[in-house]
Amino acid sequence: MSVIFILLAVSISVAAFFLIAFIWGVKSGQFEDDFSPASRILFEDKKTSSPHKQ
Amino acid sequence: MVFQIVSKHELCDYYDLNQNPGITLKIPIREDKFAFLDDTKISQQLISFQNEEQLHVTFYLPQMHCSSCLYLLENLYRINPGVVSSKVNFTRKEVEIVLIKKATSLRKVAETLAGIGYEPYISLSDLRNKRPGLDQQMVYQIGVAGFCFGNIMLMSFPEYLGIDTSEEGMLQLFRWANLFLAIPVFLYSALPFYKASWKSLKHKYLNIDAPIALAIIITFIRSVIEVLEGTGGGYFDSMTGIVFFMLAGRILQDKTYRQLSFERDYTSYFPVAVAVLKEGKQVPTALPDIRVNDTLLIHQEELIPADGILVKGKAFIDYSFVTGESMPVLKEMGEIVYAGGKQTEGNIELLVVKEVAQSYLTKLWNREEFQEKATPKKYSFVHALSRYFTYIVFLIAAITAAYWWREDLSKLWPAVTSIFIIACPCALLLSNTFTNGNILTILARNQFFLRNAETIESIAGVNHLVFDKTGTLTAPGEQEVAFIGKDLSTEEQQLISSLANQSTHPLSKAIVHWLRPDNYLQVENKLEKVGAGIEGIVQGKRIRMGSIAFVKQSTQDSIAAGTQVHVEIENVYLGFFKFGNQYRNEIPGLIKLLMSEYKISVLSGDNPTERETLEQLTDHSSTLLFNQQPEDKLLYIKSLQQKGDKVMMIGDGLNDAGALKQADVGVALSEQSNNFTPSSDAIIEAKKLVKLNQFIQLCKKNRGIVMASFVLSIVYNVIGLYFAVQGNLSPLIAAILMPSSSISILLLTFGSSNLAARQLRL
Repeated sequence: MSVIFILLAVSISVAAFFLIAFIWGVKSGQFEDDFSPASRILFEDKKTSSPHKQ
Repeated sequence: MVFQIVSKHELCDYYDLNQNPGITLKIPIREDKFAFLDDTKISQQLISFQNEEQLHVTFYLPQMHCSSCLYLLENLYRINPGVVSSKVNFTRKEVEIVLIKKATSLRKVAETLAGIGYEPYISLSDLRNKRPGLDQQMVYQIGVAGFCFGNIMLMSFPEYLGIDTSEEGMLQLFRWANLFLAIPVFLYSALPFYKASWKSLKHKYLNIDAPIALAIIITFIRSVIEVLEGTGGGYFDSMTGIVFFMLAGRILQDKTYRQLSFERDYTSYFPVAVAVLKEGKQVPTALPDIRVNDTLLIHQEELIPADGILVKGKAFIDYSFVTGESMPVLKEMGEIVYAGGKQTEGNIELLVVKEVAQSYLTKLWNREEFQEKATPKKYSFVHALSRYFTYIVFLIAAITAAYWWREDLSKLWPAVTSIFIIACPCALLLSNTFTNGNILTILARNQFFLRNAETIESIAGVNHLVFDKTGTLTAPGEQEVAFIGKDLSTEEQQLISSLANQSTHPLSKAIVHWLRPDNYLQVENKLEKVGAGIEGIVQGKRIRMGSIAFVKQSTQDSIAAGTQVHVEIENVYLGFFKFGNQYRNEIPGLIKLLMSEYKISVLSGDNPTERETLEQLTDHSSTLLFNQQPEDKLLYIKSLQQKGDKVMMIGDGLNDAGALKQADVGVALSEQSNNFTPSSDAIIEAKKLVKLNQFIQLCKKNRGIVMASFVLSIVYNVIGLYFAVQGNLSPLIAAILMPSSSISILLLTFGSSNLAARQLRL
């Protein structure tokens, strides 16, 4: 049954990893704006070496 | 307004614009509109960070509305090479810009933005305080609570199911692990409850948080003792679970609408700076620095920030911010112009007679009542309910303690503590926060936004509705147009509307809107005289339209210039257009519906020409007051409140701001939810005003739903107490009772509030 000890440690560390990921997500503002990142990914990133001329 | 709409339509084309470099669609802006940004004293307050090279600034762009806007704004560096990066926060309608100081300036970036149609909105109140964001602390707290709760549940299974005596050591390990996992919840996640109860005790008012905090503390202490003694596993699972659920309820209830602001005062309406003429030069000056006897240069489309005497130019002022009436008012030289209006045509010069803070309009905000909240803080019925509940729990605990003290001392501690564990009013808090949260969401879906959950209860208690007429009952921009004079032929109609279409004046627009021509004809030799009229040649015919003085070429000036447009074709006078108020379509029905249940008053800043229509609308049974100054409106609400009425004020303009604040519930009407509304308890989309009765009904249902789920929770409590008073509340029973009561309460509140909304067709 000593395998339980290992499992316990593993399960807690996995859960702790998700907790840290969640806190990091909140801190970096991922929940602040749910519209722009979703649209941003759809825009093509045109690499313009010369500055855009108006 | 017009500018906003026009630019909005053009904006979506910008996506194409960017794919076809070379074509530019610039919106002209006045040259030194953003000159004030060169003033370090003003710009300092906007900049979030700067060093030698770079500068970080966040602008609020109310025009942002679609994903193309996002694309354009994030590619700002192509339009203005001095911009390093620009990052959009769409929910807040903000853009964070990093720029290189050497290559560009704050002013130039603002001008670039305005040039592509996103004029940054910079106001005095923005400078003073940042807009509040999501309560991050509480999100962290719920994250920690969820993590600990899940793991503790998992590790409590041996406790629930029993474990072989040979594995006793392992059981101890699980218990200790639970203890350590519960510490962050006890010390960190439960903080909001400790804080709220401490605050309430300081004010000598027992609110719902106090018994909850007590229950959390007792549960934790008892569980720690059990683990230390090795006598049991404690109730860490129940404790962390309830903290998690209660935090979830709080977050749901406190969800804010970041795109809306309920706290606007007059300063958000005013520009940050205005051009002051000093020895013939324009000096951008921050509003608080404006002094009496300064000469202000007000450009077209600018707000007038202070009361002044018109010294140069012809003022044609749109007071829609103040009165809700979009028909501009004509002012001649020497007349006093009040703050809050917007100059619509041409530039004017004003001699300041009163400083910004002393102005007629702003004085309203400096009234004593508004320095603090006008009405004393109201407490929700939930707190009163929880207080009775707490007294009863203490009574039961005392009786149990007395019983076991005589019978069996060893059972005293477990029995009394289990009572507090079981009978905390968590269920009441849960049902309240979840019901409130859900009702707020339903209302928001129907574009009725409440400032906070307390407003639900205030709305439910209302018995007197006060409407503002102009802009609220009547639709701004929707004028009832009538032509008085000769009957217009189709050809004449076309001629007139073709010429009127050339003007941006609201009256011209109203005429075009009313005539609805099939197509517009070519206009030649167009001549527009600001504040007077327009003339031009259409199909070889000379048309003149405008004020009587303009059309008849006489020097006399008509008083009614603002509301009549006279028409002359080839020197033949045809007659004039008359403009009146158009009531919103659904208003008569709504008033009829509301009259059966509430007292109704209508206040109007206008003259009593509309009295008859309104009397018909309200069946002669309501109070109608005309010529109401902003202060009169406030005093009327106050007099109603002194009579014991609970008043809901529905208004739109700044002139209603005082009344909105004084009323028990102030509802601001908005034509678009991103529009600027005065500070209020609720914001309603103008189109949804027709549903006002349903909204009020739903708020009334709130209390019933909370009570019903409270009764349900009492059933659970009684079952739990049955075990608790005997001193044998096993962890298993607690572990079943806690989640099942919480979850069934959530289902009940969600289900019944959604059902109520469906019945009301919301």
